[in-house]
Amino acid sequence: MPDLGKYSVEVLSAYGLTVLLLLAISTLTWVRSRKIRRDLEQAEARLKDG
Amino acid sequence: MSLWEYANPKKFMQTSERLLPYVAVLTAVCLLVGISWGFFFTPDDFRMGSSVKIIYIHVPSAMMAINAWVMMLVTSLIWLVRRHHVSALAAKAAAPVGVTMTLIALVTGAIWGEPMWGTYWAWDPRLTSFLILFLFYLGYMALWQAIDNPDTAADLTSVLCLVGSVFALLSRYAVNFWNQGLHQGASLSLDKEEHVSDVFFFPLLICLAGFVLLFVLLVLIRARTEIRLRRLQAIEMRERMG
Amino acid sequence: MIRLLMRDLKLAVRAGGGFGLGLAFFLIVTVLVPFGVGPGGALLARIAPGILWVGALLACLLSLDRIFQLDFEDGSLDLLATAPIPMEGVVAIKALAHWLTTGLPLTLAAPLFGIFLNLPGQGYLWIVVSLGLGTPALSMIGTFGAALSVGLKRGGLLLSLLVLPLYVPTLIFGTETARRGAEGLASSTPALMLAGITLGTLALLPFAAAAAIRINLR
Repeated sequence: MPDLGKYSVEVLSAYGLTVLLLLAISTLTWVRSRKIRRDLEQAEARLKDG
Repeated sequence: MSLWEYANPKKFMQTSERLLPYVAVLTAVCLLVGISWGFFFTPDDFRMGSSVKIIYIHVPSAMMAINAWVMMLVTSLIWLVRRHHVSALAAKAAAPVGVTMTLIALVTGAIWGEPMWGTYWAWDPRLTSFLILFLFYLGYMALWQAIDNPDTAADLTSVLCLVGSVFALLSRYAVNFWNQGLHQGASLSLDKEEHVSDVFFFPLLICLAGFVLLFVLLVLIRARTEIRLRRLQAIEMRERMG
Repeated sequence: MIRLLMRDLKLAVRAGGGFGLGLAFFLIVTVLVPFGVGPGGALLARIAPGILWVGALLACLLSLDRIFQLDFEDGSLDLLATAPIPMEGVVAIKALAHWLTTGLPLTLAAPLFGIFLNLPGQGYLWIVVSLGLGTPALSMIGTFGAALSVGLKRGGLLLSLLVLPLYVPTLIFGTETARRGAEGLASSTPALMLAGITLGTLALLPFAAAAAIRINLR
């Protein structure tokens, strides 16, 4: 960890919040993608059978 | 090979599927290299101390916040003129990523501003403009959510994006006018480094590339999800009707 | 077109038409603010132009969903779409009717409410001028927002969210005009910008709003 001096709280919280937000949007994107993909596969299977 | 070929959803799905792994790897590399370099291996600024390190996330996120909206504007126009569904869905896909970038820009801007101005929120023209942009994003996303018919939603949100873009530009000018009386100092231009020496510049460039690639990656994934969702909704509607 | 205007005006003024609602809300804001910030005369005098503008803006916002909703629900909007008047004209008339029943009364009432807020003497002219120049823009922008959300049940909150960022330039230049005028400074620049915004929105937004209505009626 570099010596952040008197701004360590600011720098760390800025980086921390950024990482959090980027992880949040990435996770939400991925999870939604998987869910819709699963739902579509099920629907297409129903289409083929029914 | 014309870009218009990718307007075909099937072609888009195939091409994006092939591209995704490469984009993902490049994104990870750029972000890791850029942010680590910036955080660990750059010196402090004599004026701003170590807080200058926030530049490596504030500037790229702010740029992407604007670029995302511009991309939405272009894809909305393409939808209105050429009715390519992929275009409309790409705009829809980009909005949540854009709003996240805007939020990051706002939060890091406020945190960076605190030691400089002594307050977490100052109605600085730049921060205020980003707050207004944030509201534009929210309204755009809310309108997509509110309308059931996908084509109607695409049309109305495109019109909103167009009109909103004009007003966003107007707001930028208005906000600068509004704030000019209070702060004259150059201390407000946090993201204009007068002397961007190489030491700061290269990691910044890599971070910029990383954020751009992350945007592309996330929008590609989201657009694919939207295309699948459209197909899913079509199947479900057919099932419901009989 | 005149008949459409008279019809809308009559509908607005009738009981339940919401004509007095805007004024009443404006009054409420004017009365509540001193309770909120304290009765200190100097402070009130400084913020009076801004409060009056924000109050007028919120009062305008209140009545926006009424612009197309009733006609949409009973099918009159479809009829208007097939009428010989172009939809752009219909939209413009609707915006005018909204202004006549909301913006204009607010503009005229502002000096009276300014008294409650200790508005400086020079400010009375400028609050009327700025509101007079700016409220037509608020009505036209609001009509555009209403056109976007016309099909939605309970679209009022969404409408406010859509319209709010669009209102910012008008609000900024409006309050700057009023504030500078009240302090005796030169206010021609913001006033010109305000007039420019109003003229621009009146010229261009009818097309966007008409497009939105047509999309919603499909």
